[in-house]
Amino acid sequence: MTTDRYDAVVIGAGHNGLVCAGYLANAGMRVLVCEASPAIGGMAAERRFGDGKQYSLPALAHLQFPVATTLREDLKLDSFGYSAGDPVETVTLARDSEPVILGAENVRGGTLGDADIAAYPDFSKRYREFAAALAPLFETKPPRLRNPAGGDRSTFMRLGWKVRFGLGRENMYEFLRVAAINVYDVLNEVFDDERLKAAIAFDAVIGNAMGPRTPGTVLAWLQRLHSERHGPPALSNGTLVAALARSAETAGAVIRPGCEIERIVVENGRATGVALAGGETLEAGIVVSGIDPRATFLRLVGAPQLDAMFANRVRQIRGAGVVGKLHLGLEGLPEFSGIDASQLRDRLLIAPSMRHIERAFNASKYGECSEHPVFEITVPSLADPSLAPEGRHVMSVNVAYLPFGLKGGWAENRSAVVRHLLAELESYAPGIASQVTDHELLSPADIERDYGAVEGHWHHGELSIHQSLMLRPLYGAAQYDTPVERLYLCSAGCHPGGGVTGLPGRNAAKRILEPGAVS
Amino acid sequence: MKIDSSHFRQPLAHTPFYEAYASLSKTENWATWNGYKVPRIVDTLSVEYFAVRSGCSVMDLTPMEKYRIEGPDARACVDRLVTRDLSKLRPGRVTYVVWCNDDGKVIDDGTLFQFDEHRYRLCSQHHQLDWLLMSADGFDVEIAVETHDVAALAVQGPTSYSVLGKAGIAGLEDLEPFGIRELTCGSVPVVVSRTGYSGDLGYELWVDPEHAIALWDAIFAVRDSYDIHLIGLDALEMVRIEAGFIMPGFDFNCAETTIRDGYDRSPYEVGLGWAVHLDKGHFTGRRALTAEKARPATRRLTKIVVDGNKPVGEAFIYTGRNGKQVGEIKCTTWSPILKANLAIADIDYIGGKLPDALWARFDYQRELKWRTAWAECHPQTKPFYTPEHRSKTPPAGA
Amino acid sequence: MTGKSYDAIVIGAGHNGLTNAAFLARAGLRTLVLEKNHYTGGATVSRELHEGWKYSNCSYVCSLFRPEIYNALDLGRHGLKVIPLTASMTFKQDGDYFGSYHDPHARRRELMRHNLRDADAAVRFDADVMRWCRLIRGFLLRTPPDPGSFRPRDAFEFAYLLKKFYELSENQLYEFIRFFTMSIAEYLENYFEDETILAHYSGGSIIGTGLGVYSPGTAYVLLHHAMGDVDGNIGAWGFARGGMGAVSGAIASAFQAHGGELRNDAEVARILVSGNKAVGVRLTSGEELMARIVVSNLDARRTFTKIMDANDVPPSLLERARQFKIRGSSGKLNIALDGMPTFPALPDDSPLTLGHMHFTDTLERLERAYDDWKDDRWSADPYADTLIPSQYDPTLAPPGKHMMTVFVQYCPVEPDGGWTDEKRDRFGRTVIDQIADYSPDFKDLILHAEIRTPRELEDEVGLTEGNIFQGELTFDQLLFNRPFPGYAQYRGPVKGMYMCGSSTHPGGGVMGAPGTNAAREILRDLRRPDTTPEAFSDD
Repeated sequence: MTTDRYDAVVIGAGHNGLVCAGYLANAGMRVLVCEASPAIGGMAAERRFGDGKQYSLPALAHLQFPVATTLREDLKLDSFGYSAGDPVETVTLARDSEPVILGAENVRGGTLGDADIAAYPDFSKRYREFAAALAPLFETKPPRLRNPAGGDRSTFMRLGWKVRFGLGRENMYEFLRVAAINVYDVLNEVFDDERLKAAIAFDAVIGNAMGPRTPGTVLAWLQRLHSERHGPPALSNGTLVAALARSAETAGAVIRPGCEIERIVVENGRATGVALAGGETLEAGIVVSGIDPRATFLRLVGAPQLDAMFANRVRQIRGAGVVGKLHLGLEGLPEFSGIDASQLRDRLLIAPSMRHIERAFNASKYGECSEHPVFEITVPSLADPSLAPEGRHVMSVNVAYLPFGLKGGWAENRSAVVRHLLAELESYAPGIASQVTDHELLSPADIERDYGAVEGHWHHGELSIHQSLMLRPLYGAAQYDTPVERLYLCSAGCHPGGGVTGLPGRNAAKRILEPGAVS
Repeated sequence: MKIDSSHFRQPLAHTPFYEAYASLSKTENWATWNGYKVPRIVDTLSVEYFAVRSGCSVMDLTPMEKYRIEGPDARACVDRLVTRDLSKLRPGRVTYVVWCNDDGKVIDDGTLFQFDEHRYRLCSQHHQLDWLLMSADGFDVEIAVETHDVAALAVQGPTSYSVLGKAGIAGLEDLEPFGIRELTCGSVPVVVSRTGYSGDLGYELWVDPEHAIALWDAIFAVRDSYDIHLIGLDALEMVRIEAGFIMPGFDFNCAETTIRDGYDRSPYEVGLGWAVHLDKGHFTGRRALTAEKARPATRRLTKIVVDGNKPVGEAFIYTGRNGKQVGEIKCTTWSPILKANLAIADIDYIGGKLPDALWARFDYQRELKWRTAWAECHPQTKPFYTPEHRSKTPPAGA
Repeated sequence: MTGKSYDAIVIGAGHNGLTNAAFLARAGLRTLVLEKNHYTGGATVSRELHEGWKYSNCSYVCSLFRPEIYNALDLGRHGLKVIPLTASMTFKQDGDYFGSYHDPHARRRELMRHNLRDADAAVRFDADVMRWCRLIRGFLLRTPPDPGSFRPRDAFEFAYLLKKFYELSENQLYEFIRFFTMSIAEYLENYFEDETILAHYSGGSIIGTGLGVYSPGTAYVLLHHAMGDVDGNIGAWGFARGGMGAVSGAIASAFQAHGGELRNDAEVARILVSGNKAVGVRLTSGEELMARIVVSNLDARRTFTKIMDANDVPPSLLERARQFKIRGSSGKLNIALDGMPTFPALPDDSPLTLGHMHFTDTLERLERAYDDWKDDRWSADPYADTLIPSQYDPTLAPPGKHMMTVFVQYCPVEPDGGWTDEKRDRFGRTVIDQIADYSPDFKDLILHAEIRTPRELEDEVGLTEGNIFQGELTFDQLLFNRPFPGYAQYRGPVKGMYMCGSSTHPGGGVMGAPGTNAAREILRDLRRPDTTPEAFSDD
């Protein structure tokens, strides 16, 4: 037993938990961060695999976006070693022709027609403007629709102003038209090239159980574009998590890895601390959960401590993962048709058409793996040779769609799925299968086991419209506070959702630090 | 429970007692209760009413929704369900409970029976399986509907104790109000609880549907010595108002089926604040009710006696003749035993208090001609009618 | 060649065109309705395509038609009779079935027969859906505000919208947004567990729409079918005696009684514009007819891309018209039967054959039917909304014979390689085979079958891509976004030009509200007394 009492216990040292802890510690609170696994970083942590664990790579988030300037400055991340990394371009592969290459401002290569090349910059700009119009919503706690609390009115006003005047009348009408529709229709209106459309659609659907034709994918894409507003993606370099941890610790926060929380102690509707797996109980002024809201409420708090309908609504949160991660240890660099070795440093996509993605998605609805999946590939060892033994390489592949609830079970079908995936890759990179020395497939079920994300969902819950904004993760807990007094949420399951942005953590910290928020 | 797909041929179901009471019905005046065909009036309202108040009445309770709640967490589960502190409830006892949604609005009320440590029965007016199962999430408990598997009779009235004794049910003399006994009637096992909806001395009998008719016959065999009447829903309505019992779905809207915002009611608002214990530990609606308790009262279901002898019916309530409209009558009856117009009204509070004066404005008919009248209303805090013999143990005459 | 001159010309004698014209005529305008077909009613028709049988060969049930309009146009006296439809059911693959009975006790017991919990959850479900119905119904007979405008009228209308929404509690507001943006399957899963019950109640949400049961936005479509009422029974469906042609026939009769003129076989080729003002129309015959007001009952894409000169339409509007989502996704079979088919799963005296019959008993089957359509195929295992209205309407078939109507999801606008008659017949056979699986004598009873794919619906009726709603009822195309933001108040890009079809708020279904709302706006612009009805109060 310990009598240590903290002002705040943050559950989970994922990047959002660390961001939140950093802000709270900087505000003078005594903060303890408890992390169940031996390493910090959650999905952004490093992972080793191979027979001798000789390969290592980013666990799940193999790409990172430059974090917001405010976040960098507030937490002095640069002084703790944070670097945004070298930007990568998106190279979308074809079996038998040149790739199409997408940058933020232009697109080139392959089979692209002049019309597509000409339309891309304006299209990209327009949607980045839409994302910017939503910024007032993304960068603060979601306003309540009734009984608005401090700041809610100004959020609405800033949002209304940005949409009406920031965009201008025509753009506003267009925004209203597209905000809730699917990315498939929007892209078909503008572009002809299938791979170009598929590459953009990929960004709109990845991580969610959605296909390009699913309504709401434009909004999901706008959320993604919003995370890109500080620059293009780069390969993950691990500096963010390390910097966040050092920043928080410098401000006085204590980070305890290997410290699993068994439950949140709730007395008379108020969180008073946490009980550790070892039996120890820690008292806390507030408890902030950086893990999946479903796990927070149903496992750590427990339905009995909640109102019945609220608990039922937590259970109804949608978020069954559909993305797996394939890790390959390779004897040498793979050779993909149509690209040269230097392009292996970029982000490679295998998504030949929107229809291809849609069909890949269809299978997952019925608990089946895609016959022809969609791949997002990086080769982290090109940027950091230390990740693989001398002369070897490590390849990191996001694969969609691999459903959490695979018919027949993951244990029974894992090796068949891996064989299938390698065969698919082989058709784009002939010979790759024979280069593989070691491999590891993280199915959504493995992601749940290793990273605590319920049903292995990247974003701790679908980024569908009915689970966005003031409905994320669910109303009644959408402003980072919860029906349990002094229990707060700060994970990707909260507004504005997933991606390594730190925004949920930052918004949550600001909410906690609002005057009078904690009595 | 097995329902045959041919059910559409007979829209209203029959309880196991149906054949028995169908032959007693002089009026063929039927009502529908939870999908069952039950008597509205059997004989005449007056005969049935006085059977409850001065003799012995029998009513078929089978259509009441009954749920079995069983398992290691059964107590914890019902504790989180209802607003009332259950720490005094123990095996062999019944208690009146009310439960709310997350917003602290009443979903329904009912009686909770505890049979043994891990086995309970909840009786309610409305369908609750969905809500109960939702409320069972996180508890090691099994919940099942037993409405169709348990037949029930209410035997109520000053001679009910004597009637049941004569019918062969021994062991009721020391059964206290809200107590349960597992007894026999002849060879028929029957569970008897000293509960009821009449405000009078009375018992509720719970029996396997297979033995329903045997139990019925045993009771009605006593008609040679006692005046026993099957009663319908209309007589029940009279006696339950006299007893001050409210009826969810009739006197106020049940939260789950309320469509308009603000049209549902909290336990405080329906006068059940006494059954809410905010400090008992967590229960659904606690947060909302804690907040409500801190605010001044805005409205209350209030028992009132309306002056005069004209039937009040549906009426608005005002602060005086031509005063401000502050409420409306939800249910009303003429009480033959009190010779008074009784009503339960939903009344808006002014400044956190019941208005000083209350007047009802109502329309009534004389020979098909409508007239309007005003009558002063007198709020009551106690049930209108609580006979002393109701709660005596052993019952008077034992 | 210039012909007569009118106050108003309405292009298209669909039920909305006729409704619109009837209110204009009622206000004393010299009104002409032009219809390209030799029959009247557009998609609201009864046609004798097989001797002795009448097919409602497009729309086939009548529930959404606003009672206010019925009442204001006195349609009862013009011969309209709407009989409530009393049941709906889904056949299960295991030989059982789920029925939704008219009788509330039977309905509950049938739910209990399948799942005890679901029977109780239905109580909560009904209340919630009723709440959304009440909310939405208040907007049907109103013109949506323009979010880009600062006029007091729009501000007032926005305030009204907000006021209606704020009659909901905070949590109900959130619930409504969820309802508005969720898929029907996920929404229903908040209430029900039983596969068949879920499939049964989902079906209505995919009718006419190019979305699947798991597509966000389909929950709302449920409302679009549930908010109708027949004599106050919310959600009840009705049958027009004599088929849907009786609806358009009664409106046409009311229109003519107010002095309106109706011309068939008169296809409009062009809306004539002069000085940024609509001045009349030119028919395909070359005849020109002049009018101060020209109203199009055609869908928005057709109106702006086909019968208006591109020079008269601002480029941005033209682009929106092309982008407007009109995905055809439905087919229709109308079948003349030699007798009443039997359905061995049902008891002989079951009332369920009187209502909608469906043959898809799981969400997965429904969703897979949608996957086929996404790949430009008709569903191999379709959702077939099947009715045999001749059981209680003797005017539809000769004595002893029957008429069956089958509405089918999904059927593609353009299968790979395009439609041919042979493909159309194969599509029909797919549907007939599905029904025959549950009715062994069905095939032998078929005397004649009319099979309609989106191609036929477009070619004959003029519904672009055969979309029955004249544009998807998804949330991006509702209210002030219908048909396009900035053009949701029934006015076209030039003065004197209006839209009144289902492409406009509040959308499709035989409701009459778009035509009525457009008439109100026209009369307002003309400073004429308003002849359109106000909505009945819901409280």
